[in-house]
Amino acid sequence: MATQSAYEKYKSDGSLLGNLLEWADARFPLTSTWKAHLSEYYAPKNFNFWYYFGSLAILVLVIQIVTGIFLAMHYKPDASLNADGLPVAFASVSYIMNDVDWGWLIRYMHSTGASAFFVVVYLHMFRGMIYGSYRKPRELLWIFGIVIFLCLMAEAFMGYLLPWGQMSYWGAQVIVNLFSAIPIIGDPLSLWIRGDFVIGDATLNRFFAFHVVAIPIILLGLVVAHVLALHETGSSNPDGIEIDKLKDEKGVPLDGIPFHPYYTVKDIVGVAVFLMIFFAIICFAPEGGGYFLEYNNFFPADPMKTPAHIAPVWYFTPFYSMLRAMVWNFFWLDAKFWGVVAMGAGVVILAFLPWLDRSPAHSIRYRGPVFKTLLTIFVIGFLILGYLGTKVPGYKFFGINFLDGDIIAQIFTAYYFLFFLTMPIWSKMDQCKPVPERVTWK
Amino acid sequence: MVKDGPMQTCSGKGHLEMNTMRTLKTLLAICLFAPALTWAASGVHLDSAPGRSGNNAALQNGAKLFVNYCLSCHGASAIRYNTLLGLGLSKEQIEANLIFTPDKIGAPMRVTMRHDEAKKWFGVTPPDLSLIARARASEDGTGADWLYTYLRGFYRDDSRPTGWNNHAFDSVGMPHVLYQLQESMTTQEYDEQVGDLVGFLVWIGEPQAGFRIKLGIGIMLFLVVLFAFSYALKKEFWKDVH
Repeated sequence: MATQSAYEKYKSDGSLLGNLLEWADARFPLTSTWKAHLSEYYAPKNFNFWYYFGSLAILVLVIQIVTGIFLAMHYKPDASLNADGLPVAFASVSYIMNDVDWGWLIRYMHSTGASAFFVVVYLHMFRGMIYGSYRKPRELLWIFGIVIFLCLMAEAFMGYLLPWGQMSYWGAQVIVNLFSAIPIIGDPLSLWIRGDFVIGDATLNRFFAFHVVAIPIILLGLVVAHVLALHETGSSNPDGIEIDKLKDEKGVPLDGIPFHPYYTVKDIVGVAVFLMIFFAIICFAPEGGGYFLEYNNFFPADPMKTPAHIAPVWYFTPFYSMLRAMVWNFFWLDAKFWGVVAMGAGVVILAFLPWLDRSPAHSIRYRGPVFKTLLTIFVIGFLILGYLGTKVPGYKFFGINFLDGDIIAQIFTAYYFLFFLTMPIWSKMDQCKPVPERVTWK
Repeated sequence: MVKDGPMQTCSGKGHLEMNTMRTLKTLLAICLFAPALTWAASGVHLDSAPGRSGNNAALQNGAKLFVNYCLSCHGASAIRYNTLLGLGLSKEQIEANLIFTPDKIGAPMRVTMRHDEAKKWFGVTPPDLSLIARARASEDGTGADWLYTYLRGFYRDDSRPTGWNNHAFDSVGMPHVLYQLQESMTTQEYDEQVGDLVGFLVWIGEPQAGFRIKLGIGIMLFLVVLFAFSYALKKEFWKDVH
């Protein structure tokens, strides 16, 4: 990666626009930024299906920010009851849906966008896992990504309180209460987060502030850091090899093509397909079968009425299952505490992947049967954990007693952690295939 | 183990890798649709409500039933009277037949009864019904199914303060307000009336639902065109990349 100062400043051709560009370029890294990050940023030419989700994540981020701005113009973070006996916050969402011009579309784009964000980010992370995108020298890039994922979870969690429905309220109640499981500081900590003894107006207002100001700023900063780190090391590819090793006489990687126009035009195709799915959900199934907008959340929050079944939205459920899987007290500490530890560790352990993976080959294309088998079970286990997280404890698959959901969740939680913790051993032993010098088309 | 081996022709191995990827993708697909495959095992059997979407005559009748039987206790405060213009009613028809309060047509459909008194009489404040059809959806059936079963599920129970209980909602606070209506007609006719009322409750849950679907078809057509052009553009740009 050449530094930006390596690019020549723009010289005007004498036209008005040319003069203007020369003036600006002398005072701002305009053409050098364009070249370094787009027109002369060389990406491997063999990106496949899995490489759409990075740019799509940026698209969803923009959708969320723009729709979020318009929602914030009409939404009121107020837990008090209005003249109709409804919480003002809840009623303001109905107002957006029914009275604000195109409000329903903006709101559905935002609510579907939240789920779309996680779909895209999960697939983006999975890409990293199968092609070893996190391997040296991209460790920091990967860590930025994991921190983005954590921020996204916080953003989604706080945003989910805002409609002030039953699931908003009780979901937040359950999750904030978890912090009270931490020894000594737990109770004051959860009180500090809520700003009240129960989830209330104080909580709603601070979550609104975090959701619309604090976390989006952090998120944007991290996304910039993520992209800068990517452009420093260059993109990996489905072969998991470095294209920088082989360059032509001009210093252009033999297997590299400029991001612009090649990947900009390619990503537009991905955007079109993504938008088809995105708007099909918005227009034909905005509730996503109760997974994107939970049915119970159409009831206004009622602190006096605990729902029989409190389930987080689908994107949290794999980690929620890990939390519920911990049912034993260790070291005088309550099982709930270990549940919180498991849930947090489930995310944080991903950050250690670059050091846990010792395989000589980076990409699944050249890795051995052990990795492929264990990864397949990992994916199935993660999805089953996600499914079980939407169910009440004691759920039985197909009503069969033997297929006890609680035990299956414990098995796959154990598997999830063992997959990572034993990786240094099995990734080294696995029978890898020879890695090619140049990228391949498949 | 070979770290940086010579370039391989990957015909056979590539095939194996393709298969693995295909298996992974298939498994992903199965697991994504797993929720649809498992049977929901839970309580009450719900009768399926008759479809009323797009049937303005039935929905207008539902609106009439709603303002006559429900609106004195239950609000639909997210809906304004003039929203009912969307059911093919005129401003005059709404003002003459559906507004029983001094409210103007732009006002929300509010309850006339006071909340604190309602709570005193029924033990609970009768909930706002704007979103009831969406809130009552569950694994057992749609919100419409639940409402349709509930409104046809009242039975005499002298142990209850109101003298009524319900098969779908045990120890319900609401008495059987449609009792006289039910007595005045056959079961089949009553089911039709309840169907209309439930249809109306579904409609107010999202009055713009019909437009949303129409808009969706337009968006899809636009995106198909966008896809075609962007795909052609991509092909054109990429024809030299080998």
